[in-house]
Amino acid sequence: MAEQKVKLLGFWVSPFMYRVIWALKLKGIDYEYIEEDIFNKSPLLLQLNPIHKKVPVLIHGDRVICESYVIVQYIDETWPHCPLLPQDPYERAMARFWADFAETKLLMTASIALCGRGEVQERAVKQAMEAVEKIEGVVKGKKLFGGESIGYLDICLGWMSYWLPVWEEVGGMQIIDPIKFPATSSWMNTFLHHPVIGDNLPARDAMIEYFQKRSKDISESDWFEGVIRLHLQP
Amino acid sequence: MAEEVKLFGKWASPFCCRIEVALKLKGVEYEYIEEDMLNKSPALLNYNPVHKKIPVLVHNGKPIAESLVIMEYIDETWKHNPILPIDPFEKAMARFWAKFIDDKFWALWPGVKKAITSSGEKEREEGIEEAQLHLNALETQLKEKKFFGGEKLGFVEISASLLIWIVVFQEVMGVEILTQEKFPALHKLTQKFVDDDVFKQCVPPWEPLVAYFKAQWGTLAASK
Repeated sequence: MAEQKVKLLGFWVSPFMYRVIWALKLKGIDYEYIEEDIFNKSPLLLQLNPIHKKVPVLIHGDRVICESYVIVQYIDETWPHCPLLPQDPYERAMARFWADFAETKLLMTASIALCGRGEVQERAVKQAMEAVEKIEGVVKGKKLFGGESIGYLDICLGWMSYWLPVWEEVGGMQIIDPIKFPATSSWMNTFLHHPVIGDNLPARDAMIEYFQKRSKDISESDWFEGVIRLHLQP
Repeated sequence: MAEEVKLFGKWASPFCCRIEVALKLKGVEYEYIEEDMLNKSPALLNYNPVHKKIPVLVHNGKPIAESLVIMEYIDETWKHNPILPIDPFEKAMARFWAKFIDDKFWALWPGVKKAITSSGEKEREEGIEEAQLHLNALETQLKEKKFFGGEKLGFVEISASLLIWIVVFQEVMGVEILTQEKFPALHKLTQKFVDDDVFKQCVPPWEPLVAYFKAQWGTLAASK
């Protein structure tokens, strides 16, 4: 099965897609990349991911897997060399717990901070920083969440090292205060400087331009209010 | 070393039910500790300082929170009677659908809340329709999938047990949401849980559960 062809459906600036790219690259797995225009979704995407209609989608032989954290674990279990998740069940549970925490408490609040302004942005920044404070406690004393090498949690949180600084710049706000969060800042630097990661990132200028437009569009959309209600504490 | 397994839970919680089912399927002995969520114990706050919620499994002093994370931990620690499939692709599918079920359950809650707290009939119906939209999504997907195929209860089915709570909500609200007519696959699934020997031990007794939510929602409606 492992020798079957691998394809990845993605969008050039998606942090979720990059989790899959990093996992594939770290394991040295060859794959064909298919760029998807998420604003004009192809019949292929709608056929492969009818539930969420999102990227990334991994196609392995005739198997289709969606959702980045499901895909990364699938990759880890199908190609067990260079393991991403720890061997110990408790450590695995901790990696999964913190990946879920960062997704629900940090990623969403940070993206609200990117798009929102005034009081909404202030609340979002405050709550994002509360989340980072917890992450700081987890990474303190470690080179990487995975120890000496990149692991599952590093991959799941990897967006913090590159996307978050872009969002801070575009949104005119700061979440990662290096004085308040020295361990997190150090981790971000270590992660970014890993050759596999550094060689597999979207162009920063293009990202700034993209998020400037995207954040404006989102803030003006009807559904942004709903996102705020769902993900931001009052 | 003697194994010590504790579960901090709330008797009326569907998320705790999942963990009890998983532990019972594996034949793991555990101590159950009931938490008063309005008066959380120092132990709970110590074991789950991040979310301060139940369920929390404590295995030989080490705490694990979040029901799906706990279920995977149980499956990886006590390897007999596997809950998750062995094949990586089947496992990926199980993880995907369990998360989908969770997302839909939380998504239908605003609709249910609207139905409980609204004074107007129209608003109440709107709330029910909103909730049914998400149930529809579940019904469509579950009808086509084969994870109810086996006799054994697996990861997805255990996760889906929270659907029983929707049936409870119906009785509390005095309105049918999960009708057999509209949602035959979901209805069949809830019946499977009710008939299963292990589930029967873990699902809370019906009348007290209905009474509990009636009391909770009475407060919710009154506070609006």
